[in-house]
Amino acid sequence: MDATGAWSRVRRNWPVRVGGAVLAVLVLVAVAAPWLGTVDPTLFDAGSRDLVPGKVGEITTLDGEILKHTFWFGSDSFGRDIYSRVLYGSRVSLAVGVLAALVSLGFGIVAGLSAGYLRWLDGVLMRFMDGLMAIPAILIAIALVAMWRGSLVTVVVAIAIPEIPRVTRLVRSLVLSIREEPYVEAAVSLGTPTWKIMFAHILPNTIAPLVVQGTYICASAILVEAILSFLGVGLPPDIPTWGNIMAEGRPQFNLYPHNIFIPGAFLAVTVLAVNILGDGLRDTLDPKMARRL
Amino acid sequence: MLSFIARRVLATLPVLAVVAVLVFLLLRLTPGDPAAILAGDAASASQVAQIRESLGLEEPIPVQFGIWLRHLAAGDLGESYYYKVKVTELIAQRLEPTLSLATLTIVFAVLVSVPLGALAAWRFGGAFDRALMGFSVLGFSVPVFVLAYILIWIVSLKLGWLPVQGYQRLAGGVGPWLRHLILPSLTLSVIFIALIARVTRAAVLEALGEDYIRTARAKGLPESRVLVRHAVANAAVPIVTVIGIGIALLVGGVVVTESVYAIPGLGRLTVDAVLARDFPTIQGVILFFSLLYVGVNLLVDLSYVFLDPRIRY
Amino acid sequence: MNRTMLAAILLGAAATLAHADDKVLRVVPHSNLAILDPIWTTAYMSRNHGYMIYDTLFGTDAHNKIQPQMVDTWTESPDHRLWTFKLRKGLAFHDGAPVTGEDVVASLARWGKRDAMGVALMTFVERMDAPNPDTFRIFLREPCGFVLEALGKPSSNVPFIMPKRVAETDPFKQIDDYTGSGPYIFKKDEFKPGDKAVYVKNTKYVPRKEPASGTAGGKHVYVDRVEWNLALRDVQAQANALVKGEVDIIESLAFDQFESMSKEKGIKVLKPHIGFQYMCRFNHLLPPFNKVEVRRAALAAFDQRAFLKAQVGVPELYNTCYSMFTCGTPYASDAGNAIMKMNMRQAQELLKKSGYDRTPVVLMKPTDLDAIGKLPDVAAQEMRQAGFKVDLQAMDWQTLVSRRAKKDPVSQGGWNMFCTAWIAPDIWSPVSNAALDARGEKSGWFGWPDDPKLQDLRAKFMRETDLGRKKKLAEEIQAEAFAIATHAPLGEYQAPVAIRDNISGLNVSGLANIYWGVKKN
Repeated sequence: MDATGAWSRVRRNWPVRVGGAVLAVLVLVAVAAPWLGTVDPTLFDAGSRDLVPGKVGEITTLDGEILKHTFWFGSDSFGRDIYSRVLYGSRVSLAVGVLAALVSLGFGIVAGLSAGYLRWLDGVLMRFMDGLMAIPAILIAIALVAMWRGSLVTVVVAIAIPEIPRVTRLVRSLVLSIREEPYVEAAVSLGTPTWKIMFAHILPNTIAPLVVQGTYICASAILVEAILSFLGVGLPPDIPTWGNIMAEGRPQFNLYPHNIFIPGAFLAVTVLAVNILGDGLRDTLDPKMARRL
Repeated sequence: MLSFIARRVLATLPVLAVVAVLVFLLLRLTPGDPAAILAGDAASASQVAQIRESLGLEEPIPVQFGIWLRHLAAGDLGESYYYKVKVTELIAQRLEPTLSLATLTIVFAVLVSVPLGALAAWRFGGAFDRALMGFSVLGFSVPVFVLAYILIWIVSLKLGWLPVQGYQRLAGGVGPWLRHLILPSLTLSVIFIALIARVTRAAVLEALGEDYIRTARAKGLPESRVLVRHAVANAAVPIVTVIGIGIALLVGGVVVTESVYAIPGLGRLTVDAVLARDFPTIQGVILFFSLLYVGVNLLVDLSYVFLDPRIRY
Repeated sequence: MNRTMLAAILLGAAATLAHADDKVLRVVPHSNLAILDPIWTTAYMSRNHGYMIYDTLFGTDAHNKIQPQMVDTWTESPDHRLWTFKLRKGLAFHDGAPVTGEDVVASLARWGKRDAMGVALMTFVERMDAPNPDTFRIFLREPCGFVLEALGKPSSNVPFIMPKRVAETDPFKQIDDYTGSGPYIFKKDEFKPGDKAVYVKNTKYVPRKEPASGTAGGKHVYVDRVEWNLALRDVQAQANALVKGEVDIIESLAFDQFESMSKEKGIKVLKPHIGFQYMCRFNHLLPPFNKVEVRRAALAAFDQRAFLKAQVGVPELYNTCYSMFTCGTPYASDAGNAIMKMNMRQAQELLKKSGYDRTPVVLMKPTDLDAIGKLPDVAAQEMRQAGFKVDLQAMDWQTLVSRRAKKDPVSQGGWNMFCTAWIAPDIWSPVSNAALDARGEKSGWFGWPDDPKLQDLRAKFMRETDLGRKKKLAEEIQAEAFAIATHAPLGEYQAPVAIRDNISGLNVSGLANIYWGVKKN
């Protein structure tokens, strides 16, 4: 497989560059949030409620100190700084996106390899995956998160689970086609153990399509997390997420739409960037898939 | 032919079985207690305990599942803990709004996106094509509820053209029914237009590269005829496939759209039921949507026979 | 479009046209209506539903005095042990059957098995009977100081009168027959849970001659239909719908909408006379709040004004109230409340002296109830400033309601504190105030304070018939409650109602949400 050629193709592809650049900026912002002029996103002051973007108000710290603060993105109905909340919220969105993608890829790879390579497991596993796919993802996610305490782990798992079947299918079909290759048959006849065959021959060929798939899962996960927060079944509300900033802005949407439009814009741009990145990666790494969609 | 249909239907049974087990188990993992919720805010602890007993939540899990399956086989989805109404009745009441929304959405999306996608493929690489692809990615990326608020802000509040919320039953007249559904279906259709336009474009593109297109053109057929009769018609299979897969997407969109526009449909019912730990209703609705997914995909499979004469079973 | 569908649409259109002249009142209630049995649950929505279709023996008027409603005259025996009531003429159920004493006795018996005050009343009752169709009697074991208050209590659970056959339903099972004798009839066939509830005028209802006042007086109906919109839960969408004329009344206007609705043309915003009281409740069974000094330190840390400002925000809608009984009612007083007026430094001192060992306080926060959603954040902030360690756990209200019933340790899903709001009538008397039930683990309400002295005082209060002595006892009860810190009262607020300006006559006593007497012009 022409790995070096692929990498340079990836680097030159402009959707990858644009999407990648935007995401890089976002990651930087997420990591550097405490130093970008933010305050503790949970601090509030009833006197600073519902300020429009740009207004100046007061924040009371935990030690009772009163600070003067410019609310660049305005404040919510508690009096919390939306700029700080949006910046800290980027951490959640990115973390959930990446983690959910990794978790679903991880489980999907294991399941796909097993189904593709172990014929006796194939039937049962695929029927199970079909069943799982038949249940709408959002319903699984809502039900799971609402039932266990909303935490980062719960949300990631709940979002990842419905994505596992598709990854499994992808890996399985790749395994099935690669298994027939002469060099794999040769390895088998040489007595190479199964796990070695999987890791040395099969896995490397799945990386490209999986990276593309993973990117799309990441985009979807970020959206689903926002929906969960918006509906009130996501992370605890004292962790700021773009979804729950918007949810808290619902009661005063007419007068203070900034509560919804600003996090909404960040959300849209982030997901857009990830999708564009995914498209670029797909075009350069897995042209076969590009033809399919 | 009939045996083909029978085989496809039978193939769905194991899937449905897995769905049933998953759904049942899913909800038994909960640590919440519906009894306390139903007792109301100011109820005493002993009142709550009594309700828990009367709801039969003390039986062992396998027994509960067996009972549930038996009822399922008889078409009885149980009674909602929360509303004290049969789940089938609740679903029946909520069906019309959701089906209306979904149908209008899909119809509108197909009507808009197929021509757009075909046009983009025809003028491959041109400005329109690039614009459509750009819009398509945007359509996937903007969350449904943000779009909903933008539309409400512009169309309902600033321009005052359409109602902000609510659903009017068809029995009350087609006019009000439609007026209340325009914004919600518009909101929901964006993501579908994005998806279907892409697929249409790819399928038409592929079809346009085929030999029969060259033949048709050589025969002197007008370009529009070439496009519609030959290219698009041959793209029907992938498009219909996408619609089948899109049902899952639709459910997610419906849940959010119904929430923002206050439409009393199945999506809202699910969210309300989940928040109330209303086991029978959650199970019933998830089962219903899964059945719908399986059913639609079955229809999609069967439709291939009509759409593509090359496919023989 | 096939013929059946076309026919359905035409019929529907015809039906709509036939009722085109009907006056329909479209109300957006404060929550969803799930339970149609107001005895089975204390939920306020079910209570309001009850007021539409049932009638009561007594009512509470706008001056908080008990007035007869279904009862015409009554006598009390000289030894206070026999009460005889005569029903007024013209009382009939929606199916035409007259209301008799037997229906009353059965209804009271069912209510007396569920309602806290009813249960308390029944401990005094030896038996009840109905010697004639229009009479019923209550025989008491000993004199009871709150018979009429119980029969006329305005809020959950209200002793609504149902037909005998319905009232004989097991009190722990929900009824499924909604026949009542009230001013509206429930249209069960048009009820869509989570969507809408429909009531039509009971043309055969005979109202009393007095003007309507609170839950008492004449219940005149001036509209043909009332529709409750149960689907519209988003607060902003509710306001938009009201402004566009898609609904007529918003039962409980969100605080966030108060300012803009007040300025809106065509909309009137009304303030009920009676409001709610906020409180945060401790779990007395688990550390750290199993020590009274720690609870009192929390009480000292709380500043009512901070809570009210954050949660309500609109000054004209709230007031501080340092009493455990509704301010402005007979039993409110300042007894024992000095602890709540302390400043943060004093609170920090109290906490240090209490020997608090930094056990985290698990404070449950509901994410989906705007009216009380901000209280836990303020509580957490103030407790942290006082030196507490606080673990603020967010969950939806349903989860909170089920979790607060648990007595388990925190590691097994227990809790230390939550905040809520009570409507005034539910807490304005030592008998009805469930937060003052101090029987330890057997207490009727969550939190389980244990104080024999408080129980003694309450028992004395229940037997007392003289108002002056009752007031004194109420003061002692409150002083003791503050001394052991049963809970933290956090001030009072009114829930504004928003109506279109063609609506008049809406009852704003605040005792319950009442829809007789409303005119749509």
